[in-house]
Amino acid sequence: MTLELFLQHFFNALTLGSLYGLIAIGYTMVYGILRLINFAHGDILMLGAYFVFYGTTLFCLPWPVAVVVAILGSALLGVLMDKIAYRPLRSAPRISALISAIAVSFFLESLAVVVFTGLPRPVHQPEWLVSIITIGGARLMPLTLLVPGVTAVLVAALLYVVYHTKPGLAMQAISKDIETTRMLGVSVDKIIALTFAIGSALAAASGIMWALRYPQINPYMGVFPGFKAFIAAVFGGIGSIQGAVVGGLILGFIEIMTVAFFPELSGYRDAFAFILLVVVLLVKPTGLFGEKQEEKI
Amino acid sequence: MNAKPAFNKRDAALTALALAVLYLFLWWADGSMAGALSWSFLPSPLNGYEIQILNLVAVYGILAISLNIIYGFTGMFSLGHAGFMAIGAYVSALCVLSPEQKEIMWIIDEILPPLAALHTPFWFSVILGGVVATIFALFIGIPVLRLGGDYLGIATLGFSEIIRVLIVNATPITNGSLGIKGIPCYTDLFTSFTWLIIVIFCTVRLLNSNFGNVLKAVRDDEIAAQVMGINVFHAKLFSFCLGAFLAGAGGALLGNLLTTIDPKMFTFLLTYNILMIVVAGGLGSITGSIIGSVIITVLLEWLRVVEEPLDLGFIHIPGIPGMRMVVFSVCLLIIILYRREGIMGMREITWNSIGRWFSSLGQSKEDKA
Amino acid sequence: MKVSHALASLALAVAALGLAAPSALAAEPVKIGVYLPLTGQNAFGGQLELNGVKLAHQAHPTVLGRDVELVVVDNKSDKVEAANAVKRLIERDKVSVYIGTYGSSLAMAGGEVGEKAGVPGVGTSCTNPLVTQGKKYYFRACFIDPYQGAAAAAYAFKNLGMKKAAILMDVANDYSVGLCSFFKRSYKKLGGEIVADLKYNSGDQDFTAQLTEIINKKPDIVFMPAYFAEGAIIMKQARELGGTFTMMGADAMDNPDTLKIGGKAVEGFLHTTFPYDVAMPNMSEAAKAFTADWKATFPTQDPNVNSALGYVCYNLILDAITRAGSDDPAAITKALAETKDLPTPLGSLSINATHDAELPVGIIQYKDGKRQYIGEAIAE
Repeated sequence: MTLELFLQHFFNALTLGSLYGLIAIGYTMVYGILRLINFAHGDILMLGAYFVFYGTTLFCLPWPVAVVVAILGSALLGVLMDKIAYRPLRSAPRISALISAIAVSFFLESLAVVVFTGLPRPVHQPEWLVSIITIGGARLMPLTLLVPGVTAVLVAALLYVVYHTKPGLAMQAISKDIETTRMLGVSVDKIIALTFAIGSALAAASGIMWALRYPQINPYMGVFPGFKAFIAAVFGGIGSIQGAVVGGLILGFIEIMTVAFFPELSGYRDAFAFILLVVVLLVKPTGLFGEKQEEKI
Repeated sequence: MNAKPAFNKRDAALTALALAVLYLFLWWADGSMAGALSWSFLPSPLNGYEIQILNLVAVYGILAISLNIIYGFTGMFSLGHAGFMAIGAYVSALCVLSPEQKEIMWIIDEILPPLAALHTPFWFSVILGGVVATIFALFIGIPVLRLGGDYLGIATLGFSEIIRVLIVNATPITNGSLGIKGIPCYTDLFTSFTWLIIVIFCTVRLLNSNFGNVLKAVRDDEIAAQVMGINVFHAKLFSFCLGAFLAGAGGALLGNLLTTIDPKMFTFLLTYNILMIVVAGGLGSITGSIIGSVIITVLLEWLRVVEEPLDLGFIHIPGIPGMRMVVFSVCLLIIILYRREGIMGMREITWNSIGRWFSSLGQSKEDKA
Repeated sequence: MKVSHALASLALAVAALGLAAPSALAAEPVKIGVYLPLTGQNAFGGQLELNGVKLAHQAHPTVLGRDVELVVVDNKSDKVEAANAVKRLIERDKVSVYIGTYGSSLAMAGGEVGEKAGVPGVGTSCTNPLVTQGKKYYFRACFIDPYQGAAAAAYAFKNLGMKKAAILMDVANDYSVGLCSFFKRSYKKLGGEIVADLKYNSGDQDFTAQLTEIINKKPDIVFMPAYFAEGAIIMKQARELGGTFTMMGADAMDNPDTLKIGGKAVEGFLHTTFPYDVAMPNMSEAAKAFTADWKATFPTQDPNVNSALGYVCYNLILDAITRAGSDDPAAITKALAETKDLPTPLGSLSINATHDAELPVGIIQYKDGKRQYIGEAIAE
């Protein structure tokens, strides 16, 4: 393989991987605090993309405004989702909340089909994002660099919130022991609502980035990226923000590089990711960056 | 848990009676009663559409019980069901198809020679489907069952997807994404319900036995079970393999019922569907699994009404495509929000509980154990 | 004696009236079922085809002097649902004949049910050869994949003179797998060389790895029979990565949104399709009528070939019922099998021995940002 070709594959993998990472952070935040796999995360991603689409086409909002509105709208939706579907089940077995999450996911998808119809919609890409630049023979777009950039900024902001602010401290406390935290006078429900707001805002942001990179949107667009990102989150150690990003990057690199090095096995691309996932889980059950779970007796 | 001493005489008699009633009903529903006895007062038998729904209820019942054994009774969060079902369905389909059918159907790559000649009876193919699924479960289970909680779920989900990718790519064996069609429809009412009853009977016997208590002990507290001298890993592996066997057999029945299978059917969404039935019915309740499969299957079919145009005489509402799943997900959400332990929780309907219910209410209502 | 006689004849008359009443009032409509994917993965195709069926129904709402009632059922792009949908159409709604569906695997599940009940069905755009293979009661208004794949290969090799081809196939999609393998066979037989053969899975959005590999092998043409949304994304990524080869798809790319999603990347793209286009030269009378009908009902949208297929299916059935002179399923089946030279927007349509429609393969190319119907190809 020539260096030029490798460089091209490298950039492809970087873009895909950082998109996975971006989506994975939302999963990991909710899981870290509630131990809940929020299956509706991928659907919030889809709705975020639709909000921008309708904001710019139907209401003729300028791009930046539409993005902000979409992110705020999705955050609100996340809070609402928590209030209706998850909060009443806080004391129930975890599987009930999981089924509730599946139901919410079905609900959002089918509602989107009813409201937006199943037709894929084209997304307009701003010209400056997709004009080609050449680096060392490899071709890439500003978008290719923007995605990892946005991911990096959001992760830094998130790490700051979680480790250096009061609500962040409360989040950490809840993730360790929800009952004790409640007794200490923290309004747990508010903090959890905040978590959902941040998680959903991240989903919307990643949905928008996803739609810019792969410019068509449809009601089921969140399912596969959501599933892959979830795998990435587990890979990196679910609950860990850095882990989610690293997991996403690794997943992106595996997917691209297996095709690059073994083109005849390209049909098995998804299997490689899962095999590596199982191997990682067997060697280090809590993922690459995951904390060891203590056994409660 | 009520560890009842096996069967007493009254229960046996009642069970036999219930079975007789069930088979009489099936005989009628099938339309063969009308054929055998030309009694004019018989109500007309069920139509094919209703029979199909009944069949689906039975097959989903088997699948729900199989997942319930793994998750509800042993506490292992497994999301690999779609994979086991796929294995069962493919093995069975390869067995029951005639060599001529296989020859014309494999249009991309030719079918592997030993498989092309394979032709077995239906009952054998179902069992073989279960056995092959069990072998896979053994290979997957030995490394993976060491994992706990959600990680086990994710690892099994991963294996289920790997199985699907393999099926897609192994064209000479599975016909790839083209799937297999024209599977003779062997799953009729008698077959599906007989399988369901055998599965219920064996599962109930197993769970009421000492080994059933071992499984429940592992579920409720793994460490305590270990301290008591239970070989936790063996118990888990057995339960996992048993669940996989039933999932494989259920998948085989499903394939024969639908007469066509392809890899797209066996995505993680199928596993969610089964999980939904189990949790809505009640984790750790066999009766719950049956009730769950009846409710979810019938609800999904009945809800087609909401997508039809509605004519109220003065106002005409056009049908809204997609509305059915919206209503379905809301129903599911309501079930889980208001009955968070599922419809039955961990309880079972037994002859004893029916008897108690009768004596306390003094009213009549029929129920099935 | 006389009185009783009179009474008896009166009773007879009443009975006769009672028997005659339903047919005299002609209240019973002819029921035609429609099962299409209105939700789920294939929703876009299903909805377009449904519009075509509805348009045809609007234009010809009666047959044999009776009203036609359409019973529409969504099959959710799911095989289990497809089988249930047909079962329900036949058993509950008692349709005489049914239309559907988009997607071959759905059609196979549904067709099996119709076959058992002895009710005829007409497929819209299910092009897999297995759909009607060995079926007595299933027909389709479209041609089949081996024919389309062979026509595409012949066009690429002979008309375009392209000697090196690469394949990009959705390994999880029966439609894509079928077409690719038939394209490969015909192309090699003609003397062409397949330089790269890459795969992806339905639902993938990132094709950069496969495309980088293909670009590295320098083919003249890339054959990629994807669904249109996926196909448009593939083209976009191929051009971004610097691919300069020609790209070719098949009938599933035939959608007005291909251009909207793909933008400039679609320039030069070719695809095979059913022989109808809103801007085709030498349009037949039937095609003109369809186009006018469509524009009157949907002024903002151009008619698409899927809608045309839905439209043709309905008219094909109506023609069969008229010739059969009844809505009895067996009679319709017989009449459908004998369909010959029916003028349709897709050209003159005949049903052949394997119950497929015999149609030429149309070729579309995008030039200067416009889709143009550039001709028809014939398989070897």
